[in-house]
Amino acid sequence: MSDPEKKYKDYPEGGVIDEAGSARKYKTGDWRSQKPEVDKEKCINCLWCWVYCPDNSILVEEGKMVGFRYSHCKGCGICAAECPKKAITMKKEGN
Amino acid sequence: MQPIAMNGDQAIAYAWKQVNPDVVAAYPITPQTIIVEAFSEYVADGLVDTEFVCAESEHSAMSLCIGAAAGGARTCTATASAGLAFMWEMLYIAASMRLPIIMAVANRALSGPINIHCDHSDTMGARDSGWIQIYGENAQEAYDNSIMAFKIGEHLDLRLPVMTNFDGFITSHSLENLSLLQDDDVKKFVGEFKAIRPLLDYRNPVTYGPFDPPDFYFEHKYQQVEAMSRAMPIIKKVADEYAKLSGRFYDIVEPYRTEDADFVAIAVGSTAGTLRSVVDELRAEGKKVGSLKLRVFRPFPDKEIIEALEGKKAVAVLDRAISFGATGPIFPEVRSALFDASERPKVVNYIYGLGGRDVSIEELKSVYNGLMTGRCDRVNYLGVRI
Repeated sequence: MSDPEKKYKDYPEGGVIDEAGSARKYKTGDWRSQKPEVDKEKCINCLWCWVYCPDNSILVEEGKMVGFRYSHCKGCGICAAECPKKAITMKKEGN
Repeated sequence: MQPIAMNGDQAIAYAWKQVNPDVVAAYPITPQTIIVEAFSEYVADGLVDTEFVCAESEHSAMSLCIGAAAGGARTCTATASAGLAFMWEMLYIAASMRLPIIMAVANRALSGPINIHCDHSDTMGARDSGWIQIYGENAQEAYDNSIMAFKIGEHLDLRLPVMTNFDGFITSHSLENLSLLQDDDVKKFVGEFKAIRPLLDYRNPVTYGPFDPPDFYFEHKYQQVEAMSRAMPIIKKVADEYAKLSGRFYDIVEPYRTEDADFVAIAVGSTAGTLRSVVDELRAEGKKVGSLKLRVFRPFPDKEIIEALEGKKAVAVLDRAISFGATGPIFPEVRSALFDASERPKVVNYIYGLGGRDVSIEELKSVYNGLMTGRCDRVNYLGVRI
């Protein structure tokens, strides 16, 4: 995101991005209107959500699904739709 | 070098041959076709080592230039009329990416009905795309502008694309005796192309054309505003250097016999030459008239126009294009510039020559008569059967 201290001259001309991998810095989670939540009691750690997530937003530790990377999750709901145990539900963002 | 007869298109192809750019994107459209045809012969004959790429449309030709220029190549192309309109989207992208692409435009009317002849509706329509626009009066100037354009656009303080415009058929297809520079002099004048953040520099990877959301876009547009504001002195400096080399000096605006004139007409392109001979004829009759050639239209030379026209009694702006529901496109800009003059002249508009309609000496005299007698409207149509 833009830094309010930075003026127009501080950015590379032509909108060129002069560092690799900078997309990580751009938080796209704030586009979201719905957010996924997981009920770990139902979750069997099949990682189907991890396979289907188009945005690399399923957090996995030691082979177990532990939550979501909300800074990038756009709330598409694919994880909830694909979960075989209906462990993931979509909730309205902000509630 | 001995003077040599060439038409405007051939003159531009010859200038490019002497510059020997890295990439030329080619798509033929009348009246520009001769440029890319002539240049393709230079490529085939091995006189240049340019990568000559035939595109399948003008949109692709400009896209190709953008890719090549971002890659780090000195790049140029040519177009006209509907071809320029088809490049529309890419024109903005070339400018906002700050790629110094050089493009020759043989000014031609835009449809419809279909017309292949000269007017300025194509480039005037592209005036807000962020390109520098220089208008040439004849084949010699088309040649000279083509060489200077590289040095202007590629200037490290500028890095903007440059359109070198000249009148379709009137200039593109008429033979003229040209005075050409030596190849070595041209190469030395334009110098080596310095690529800035080229995509082919794999050790320093960059991304061109990213998504630019509201939190950055305005700043990038302001960078373009600022670059344009630096253009005028650079154009002047390059013209000075070119004059030393060639003996031919081109100013931003070129006033002719305006110093003691009361009535001045302004034009871009080939009509500026006709106007000078009309001024001479009227001066011989004792009329205090002058003319002004507007050579650089983007950036717009407000200051130069005020300097040349402050205190005149009346000024006519000749527009070879029209903005429907408004006026000709140059008229409001000249009038706006003169609003800041301490002594404002009356300023009127003459729309003329649309779709290649000839403009005669007599008609141009009637423009001055309109100014001198006050018998003219705010917007006048010259040579149309009303």
